[in-house]
Amino acid sequence: MSGAAISPDHASLADALLEVRGVAKNFGAACVLKNISLQIAAGEFLTLLGESGSGKTTLLRLIAGFEQPTSGEIWMGKERLDALPPYKRRVNTVFQNYALFPHLSVRENVAYGLRVKSTPKAEIAGRVEEALRMVKMTGFADARPATLSGGQQQRIALARALINRPELLLLDEPLSALDANLRRQMQSELKALQREIGIAFLFVTHDQDEAMALSDRIALLRNGALEQIASPREIYSRPATAYTAEFIGQTNLLRGEINDGVARCGSLQWKTPEASGPALFSLRPEAIHLAGSAHDASGVVRFRGTIRQQIYSGASELLEIDRGENQSLRARIPAIGSLTGVREFVFSTRDAVRVTESSGAHGLSRKDHEPQ
Amino acid sequence: MYSRAYKTVIAAPPLLWVCLFLLLPYALMLAHSFWIVRDGFLVHNWNLQNYRALFTNPLYFQVFLRTARIAGSVTLCSLLLGYPLAYYLSFHAGPRKELLYQLVIVPLWVSYLVRGYAWKTILGSDGVLNGLLQYLHITREPVSFFLYSPFAVVLMLTHIYTPFVFLPIYAALEHIPRPLVEASQDLGADRRATFLRIILPLSIPGLLAGATFAFVLSLGDFLAPLLVGGPSATMIANIVQSLFGAAYDWPLGAAISVCILLITISLLFLTERIEKRWSFR
Repeated sequence: MSGAAISPDHASLADALLEVRGVAKNFGAACVLKNISLQIAAGEFLTLLGESGSGKTTLLRLIAGFEQPTSGEIWMGKERLDALPPYKRRVNTVFQNYALFPHLSVRENVAYGLRVKSTPKAEIAGRVEEALRMVKMTGFADARPATLSGGQQQRIALARALINRPELLLLDEPLSALDANLRRQMQSELKALQREIGIAFLFVTHDQDEAMALSDRIALLRNGALEQIASPREIYSRPATAYTAEFIGQTNLLRGEINDGVARCGSLQWKTPEASGPALFSLRPEAIHLAGSAHDASGVVRFRGTIRQQIYSGASELLEIDRGENQSLRARIPAIGSLTGVREFVFSTRDAVRVTESSGAHGLSRKDHEPQ
Repeated sequence: MYSRAYKTVIAAPPLLWVCLFLLLPYALMLAHSFWIVRDGFLVHNWNLQNYRALFTNPLYFQVFLRTARIAGSVTLCSLLLGYPLAYYLSFHAGPRKELLYQLVIVPLWVSYLVRGYAWKTILGSDGVLNGLLQYLHITREPVSFFLYSPFAVVLMLTHIYTPFVFLPIYAALEHIPRPLVEASQDLGADRRATFLRIILPLSIPGLLAGATFAFVLSLGDFLAPLLVGGPSATMIANIVQSLFGAAYDWPLGAAISVCILLITISLLFLTERIEKRWSFR
């Protein structure tokens, strides 16, 4: 698929930190992941985004070593990772519900990774202090996990996972148990922390806003297949498939066809360099504007439509425009007050992005294998 | 909210039951332990003679020591059998888990007496075990020390109490969130280290509960020594039984019972304290 190309800033992944090569995973008859290939660069923040059941957590667990791939390979540098047990892999995990050891104090939890490797006591003390400082939990070393709030437990889980200084940190929906405010705060702290320590994060989430806000690149998974992998800007402005366009942000899907360099969707038509044939276009609501004299240039499409609904949301408002022909479009325009009746709208042909129907990931089991 | 009358009505039957069949008998037992038997008749004459006899006659102390030793061995053996079994079932049995669990539980449905007599047929001079040994030419003549020995009692009680030890340990292991095990491995601990640092500590409440079951139940057992123990394996409960029966010395029997009760209660108290210390939910 054309959109699955890696984005320019990570184009040279010859120095990939981790490489997943054609990995598939079956649970019994259910195919949870199929033929996944992707690379993670050193210091990169890569997000695995998808609905529940898309296989994102399974992919993370394969990399951590809690599951074995049915086929394919996982490499970290010159080391084949999928042949190693979890305790020999140089990656660490932040678990969804933190998985702090309830019988150990915060200090002992954080020190765990060093203890089991028989690190000298003096060194352990120093590094635990450092890790707790990094997550701003210095005062809690002697507390038991059960006495901490969700956000605090999250920080301890992070400190514990970072103590072994992994080059790649795996995070399994680490913020999903936090309330909205705390979640936003932890997002920015997480991003700042990742920049500061400069290690790669592989972050699993089902929240597209979170993925957009944090990631260098987003890998969108659907029914166990990779739908698209690109930077947030690219995946939003150049979605490869209809699914991507609808999953990330809102969009209008225009169905039509291209004939000799002219795209036709109902009564709308514009010139396009794309190849002839049936076509599907994604047009973001904010790409549609109220027509004014300024838009009277070439490369724009004009159309008239009746405003059926207007939803005000502060800085902007969402219009539902009925064009007739059973076609309605959504437009997001800057808030301008009440609008009624028939209006004229325009959009730039550049913003109508041709997308493929889907990547053929239909008919797969949607059973959720994410363990508790 | 329930009315006071409703609560009283609900609570009355069990309370009555406990008073009639638990507290009252215990009170009677306690009273008896301070009375004596003179010329074949119970005399309600308050004194400490029975307790004095217990602490001065070395026989009682010896039997008590043997009882504790047997109960301790049973506890140890059931733990050594029950813990690995529970660990295997909880962590490694996979799809066989349900079946194996049922197999462990099934013996609990079989009468204690039946299992006792089964051991008698296995261990006896012309029993199954001796038959096998002679058939295999390992022994020439029947070996007599299998049956009627403390060994036989430990064997039979271990057989009977291993499921009791298994159950709480299994429950404790099942309650350990699996992500904790994964987190431990993720941080670099191999299976052994994960077991010693995470699984074992978190299963201590179950382990203690199981050990307490085995020890307390073995401590008060009198059927195993009767069936397979013989005179060399007489336990304290057999003494109590004979004092209340043929020997007709209820006061002395009651005094011994009071001692056993006190030991049991302090054991339960102690293990509960330790269990609390090791529970985190």
